[in-house]
Amino acid sequence: MSYLKPLFRHPKLPKNKLGYTQKEYEGSLSTLCAGCGHDSISAAIVQACFEMSVEPHKVAKISGIGCSSKTPTYFLGNSHGFNSVHGRMPSVATGASMANKDMVYFGVSGDGDSASIGMGQFVHVIRRNLNMVYIVMNNGCYGLTKGQDSATADQGSRSKAGSVNPFQAIDLASLAIELGATFVAQSFSGDKQQLVPLIKAAMHHKGFAFLNVISPCVTFNNNPGSTKSYDYVREHIEATSTLDFVPEMPEIKTNYEKGKSTRVAMHDGTLIQLNKLATDWNPEDRVSVANALQHARTKNEILTGLLYVNTEWKDLHGTLSTCSTPLNKLKEDKLCPGTEALKEINAGYR
Amino acid sequence: MKPTNTKDPEYYHKVVDCQYACPAHTPVPEYIRLIAAEKFTEAYMVNWESNVFPGVLGRTCDRPCEPACRRVRVEEEPVAICRLKRVAADNKGDVRQYMPQGPFPSNGKRIALIGGGPASLTVARDLAPLGYEIHLFDEQIAGGGMMRSQIPSFRLPEEVLNEEVNFILDLGIHTQFLTYVKSLKEVLEGGYDAVFVGTGAPRGRDLPKLPGRKEGDKNIHIGIEWLAGVAFEHTKSIAQKVIVLGGGNTAMDCCRTSRRLGGKEVKVVVRSPFEEMKASPWEKEDALHEDIKIIDNHVPLSFEVKDGKLIGMKFQKVKPVYDENGKRQLLPTEEDDVFIEADEVLIAIGQENSFPWIERHIGLEFDQWGMPIVDETTFQSTNPKVFFGGDSAFGPKNVITAVAHGHHAAVSIHLFCEGLDVHDRPSPYTNLVSQKMGIHEWSYDSSVAIDQRYIVPQAKKSQTLKDRKKEVELGFDIATAYKETQRCLNCDVQTVFTEDRCIECDACMDVCPTSCITFTVNEEETALRQNLLVPAENLTQDLLVSKELKTGRVMVKDEDVCLHCGLCAERCPTSAWDMQKFLYSTTKANQMITPLPLIEK
Repeated sequence: MSYLKPLFRHPKLPKNKLGYTQKEYEGSLSTLCAGCGHDSISAAIVQACFEMSVEPHKVAKISGIGCSSKTPTYFLGNSHGFNSVHGRMPSVATGASMANKDMVYFGVSGDGDSASIGMGQFVHVIRRNLNMVYIVMNNGCYGLTKGQDSATADQGSRSKAGSVNPFQAIDLASLAIELGATFVAQSFSGDKQQLVPLIKAAMHHKGFAFLNVISPCVTFNNNPGSTKSYDYVREHIEATSTLDFVPEMPEIKTNYEKGKSTRVAMHDGTLIQLNKLATDWNPEDRVSVANALQHARTKNEILTGLLYVNTEWKDLHGTLSTCSTPLNKLKEDKLCPGTEALKEINAGYR
Repeated sequence: MKPTNTKDPEYYHKVVDCQYACPAHTPVPEYIRLIAAEKFTEAYMVNWESNVFPGVLGRTCDRPCEPACRRVRVEEEPVAICRLKRVAADNKGDVRQYMPQGPFPSNGKRIALIGGGPASLTVARDLAPLGYEIHLFDEQIAGGGMMRSQIPSFRLPEEVLNEEVNFILDLGIHTQFLTYVKSLKEVLEGGYDAVFVGTGAPRGRDLPKLPGRKEGDKNIHIGIEWLAGVAFEHTKSIAQKVIVLGGGNTAMDCCRTSRRLGGKEVKVVVRSPFEEMKASPWEKEDALHEDIKIIDNHVPLSFEVKDGKLIGMKFQKVKPVYDENGKRQLLPTEEDDVFIEADEVLIAIGQENSFPWIERHIGLEFDQWGMPIVDETTFQSTNPKVFFGGDSAFGPKNVITAVAHGHHAAVSIHLFCEGLDVHDRPSPYTNLVSQKMGIHEWSYDSSVAIDQRYIVPQAKKSQTLKDRKKEVELGFDIATAYKETQRCLNCDVQTVFTEDRCIECDACMDVCPTSCITFTVNEEETALRQNLLVPAENLTQDLLVSKELKTGRVMVKDEDVCLHCGLCAERCPTSAWDMQKFLYSTTKANQMITPLPLIEK
C-alpha cells in the first residue's frame, strides 16, 4: 500500500493568482477506504480553494471524530487544523472564530458527529450564525464502527447486512433551515460540477453556511436497498438549479432562460448565478425552500444545489458588535486602558 | 472519440516509451527490475535475447531509449538505461546455460553471411538454433565488424566484445575470417539457400577537392580507416598537433584516440554550431574532459603544405542562420580566415556505403544513389535470395539498429527457406498479467523515487590517457545501480481500465498525482484533449478512452506523464483499474513455431 503520494505533478499544472498550483492545496494521501465519497469532497475543497486563490495559511479546518473528521488531513496540508472531541467541533470553531475573525473556517463533520453526539452543538452554532462553512459528509452510517445505521439513515433503507432501518431520518438541511441557518445547500460527492461552486459560495457567505453532502460509504452502505449508495443517489437526485459562483461583477449573460435565471448578491459583492430547475422555489424565501424539501421527500427525490440563502442577518461578530480588528491582534495598548483610566473607573464606583 | 482498442499490441507497447523507441524493442523496465533484484544473469538474458550484445551496447549504444524516457517529461533527466544494462553485463553469472545449446539438428539449409558485424551476427544467432548451416565471411581477423574496428578500446574493452561475439560463433557458425568477398555472384553460385549482406558502411568520406589534399596526403587520414588501423595495431602513434574534422561520434573517437597515441594539442573542427553537432552529448563531454578543444562554426578551406609537409589547415568562419522553417544555413561571418596548425589531420565527416563487389547483372537492383533496393519490412533485395541488414541496408545508423535489422532479416530468411511468404510476418509475442498481490499490494515497486540521475564514475584522466586500452567509464557499482533502477517508472506496468466495474466515484481522478485521469463528456479528439483536467498537449502520446459509462461520461486517461504509481488502482473500490505488466517481444526467428510435419496416412 502506498502511504505517500509521489511528489511529481503534471508539469503543465495551471497556476492560480497567487502562483500556486493545486499541489499547494493538497493534503496527505488518504487512508480512507478506496472509493470513499469523502475523498471526492476533499478534492472538491482543494479545487475550490485553489480556484479562489485562497491563501492556505488563512484557512482553518476543524473537525470532530469519525471518517469524515479524518479528512482534514487529506486536504489543505498547508492550512491550520484542529481535530477536536466528538461532536464538539462547533465549540472549537466558535472559539477560534472569536479570537481571529479574519480566517476562513471549515468545519468538517459527519452524520454521527453532527446528527447524533454533536446535535446540541450543531443547533446552537446555527442559532449563533457563526461565520463558517459547515460541511457534513453524510453517508447514513457509522463507517468507522462497521456500518451501523446513523441518525440520517432513511427509514426503510437496507444495510449491507440486510437489516432495514425502522427509524425516521433526521433531515439536516430541513433542520438547518428551520433553525434559521443563513446558507443551506445540499449536494452529492459524485457531482463536483455542483459541489465546487457551492463550496466557493459558502466560503464567501458571511454567516453560517451549511453544506449537507451525501457521500456514499463504499464499504458499508453502497449496497442495493441503501438510499445512500452511488446508484440510488444518482437515480434520485434532483437539482434545484445549476449554479455558478461569480467572484467579480460580471456582464449580464443572456443565455439563461428568462425568469429562470436568478442572482443572489453576497455581502462582499460577489454573486451566485442560478439557473433554476425547480419550480415554485425561491432561494431567498424560507417557506418556499421548506416546501420544496417536503415535496422532494414525498417523491423520494434528493433535492440538491443551493437551497436557501439569507444575506441580511448578522453573523456572530455582527451581533456581538466586536471591533474590526481580530481580537487576537489587539495589543496591550488597546486592551489595557492604563493606570489613569483605571483610577477614573474605580473613582466612578466610589 | 472511439473507445481505445487496447487489444492492439502496439497501444500498450507505445506506453513503454523506452522499449518503443528502441529499434530492437528491448523490454527495458523488465530488466531494470531484475537489476534492482540483483538478478544480473536474468537481466543479461532479457537483453541478450533482444539486443544480442548487452555488454557492448551497455557501453556504446546510441541510446534512442533515453530521450524517450518518461522521466524526461516528468522531471528532466532520463533513467541511465544504457549504463544499467552494463551493470547487468558486468555482474552476470553463468549465462551460457540459458543460451541455446548446440549442436543443433540440421535442417539441411545453408546460409552465407557476408560481413561479421552486429547485423550478421544477429542473423547467425537467430538462425543457428533452427539447424541452418551458417557460413560467415569477414575480411578482418575476428568478428564484430565496426564494433571492433571503429569503437576504441577505452570505450569498449576487447574482452567484452570477444565474449559476446563468441557466444554466437560458438553456436556452430562456420567462420571464414581474413576473407574479402570479391563477388556476390560467386557466393550465390556456392549453392546457399540464402545470402545475408551485412557489410556496413565501410567507406569514410574524404575531401578530395580541398586544395592541398594530395600534397599533404601522407599526414591526412580517413577517420574510420585510421581507427581500424589503431584497433588492429597497425597504427601506434600520432603527431603532437592533430586536427579532427567532423562533429559526429567517429570524430569524438578519433580525437580521444589521438590523445592516447601522442596527440598533445588535439582540436576538433566542425562546421555546425556546438549544440547541433551529431555526436552524442556525453561523447562531447568526455572529449572536452580530455582537454580536446572543439572549434565550431569553421568550414575547411584548404590543407596548408610547406616544403612537402602538412603544417595546418585554413578555415572560414561561419554563423548559423535559420529561416522560418528552422532550416539552417551557414553564412560566412566576413571575418578573416583562420589558420590552425597541425601535423596530422583526421577526416571524420561521415561514412558511405560501397558495393564494388556486387555485380550489377545478378537480379539485384540499385537505386540512383548506388544503394541496393531493399524492402523495409522484409529486408529482402530484388534478388529474393539476398537479404540486407545493418548499415548496408539503408545507410549508416548504429549497432542497435543493425541488431534490429538482423532479427527481421532472420525471420525473412527463415520464412523464405520454408517456402513461405516473407510478407506474412509473425505477430509479436505479448503478455498482460495483473500485478495485484493483495489489497493495495503490487508485485512491482510502485513508489516513485525523486532521485536525480546518478553519474557514472570514470577512471582518472592521468591513467586513461596513458593507456589506449584502459576503459574510461568504470560503470555503476551495485549500490548506485540499485538507486538508479529506482528512478525507473515501470511504464510497462499498464493501467488497465474495465468499464463495467466502474462506479464513477472519481477516486482515481482525485488521487492521480499527475492529473492524468478525467471523467468527462466524450468529444472528438482535439476537443477532448483540451477539456481534460490538464490539457493533453503532447500529441505523440495517446489517450486511453473508455466505453461510455453509466452516467453517459467516459473515462479519459492521458498517457503522457502517468507515473505508473498504481494509486488509481489502489484507490479504486471495485478494481476497475488494475496494474498489469505488459511484455512485448518482437518475434525472432528462433522463437517461431515450426509447423509439425504432416502425419502420413
